[in-house]
Amino acid sequence: MNSEPSEYSTEHRNLLLQKLISNVPYVSFLGVKFEQKDDDLIVILPFNPKLIGNPALPALHGGVTASFLEITAIFGLSYSSVWKNMNPNFKNSTGINVDQSLQLIPKTIDFTVDYLRSGLPKDAYAKAEVKRAGRRYASVHVEAWQDKRSRLFAQASGHFLMPVSRG
Amino acid sequence: MTSKINSKADIAKQFMKVIPFSSELSMSLDFIENGFAIISMPYDERFIGDLSTRVLHGGAVSSLLDSCGGAAVMCHPSVPAITSTLDFRIDYMRSATPNHRITAKAECYHVTRSVAFVRATAYDEDESRPVATATGAYTVQKLSDKG
Repeated sequence: MNSEPSEYSTEHRNLLLQKLISNVPYVSFLGVKFEQKDDDLIVILPFNPKLIGNPALPALHGGVTASFLEITAIFGLSYSSVWKNMNPNFKNSTGINVDQSLQLIPKTIDFTVDYLRSGLPKDAYAKAEVKRAGRRYASVHVEAWQDKRSRLFAQASGHFLMPVSRG
Repeated sequence: MTSKINSKADIAKQFMKVIPFSSELSMSLDFIENGFAIISMPYDERFIGDLSTRVLHGGAVSSLLDSCGGAAVMCHPSVPAITSTLDFRIDYMRSATPNHRITAKAECYHVTRSVAFVRATAYDEDESRPVATATGAYTVQKLSDKG
């Protein structure tokens, strides 16, 4: 059962990711998908007519954009910081297993969304960047785009309460 | 003046009804007048953010607050009906209690020629302890101005 942590890590994190998704019904409600790219997690929001907030334009609802970015921040933080530091072996010295890891979800303290242009009725993508992950608090920045990675339609930043790793 | 405000409230009410995402979350416009709005939504298992606690996802609360802020802007006397969010900050005070209805109250407290400023608060059925507070800036579009 002993594998190299480096090669085991992505697989392990993928398992945690699937477990976390099944623990968050709101992710499925919005239709949010995840794509692992090495150490990065790209979050995808496939377009769906129910996500519209202004039918006249039409444009995505501001709440949809905010939700999408907050999901990206929480999952991105879990993916890059919380899970990465966990021993890949489920029965490790600290006793962390997959189910316990579900309780290790960061909690949002505050979240600020900057709406740069209206969200078009098409697929959207987002990526989180953890600016700081301390023992208690984390600061995360998120960027979201549609057609071009360099042409952002929204960005956000927020503070999160880090999960307590001891039971 | 009163009829003008009423017609604006009517426009806002009509507008809310045709917003797909707001109907999807079963939001109901409980009050709208003169820069104030109250919108509520029922607890729904589809919007849970953590199955182990059954607490609503922050994004669902954020969507309610953003909609309520937009409604407050739309019914402000000096704003032409349509608006969109420029900036929105939410502070989460505590988790919303499962099975409770969530209510947002928003006030558009200042309007300039181009920006409307909003404060909003979300509650569950315990009105003494807010679930979240928010502040936002919304666009003000001039009806005659095309530039």
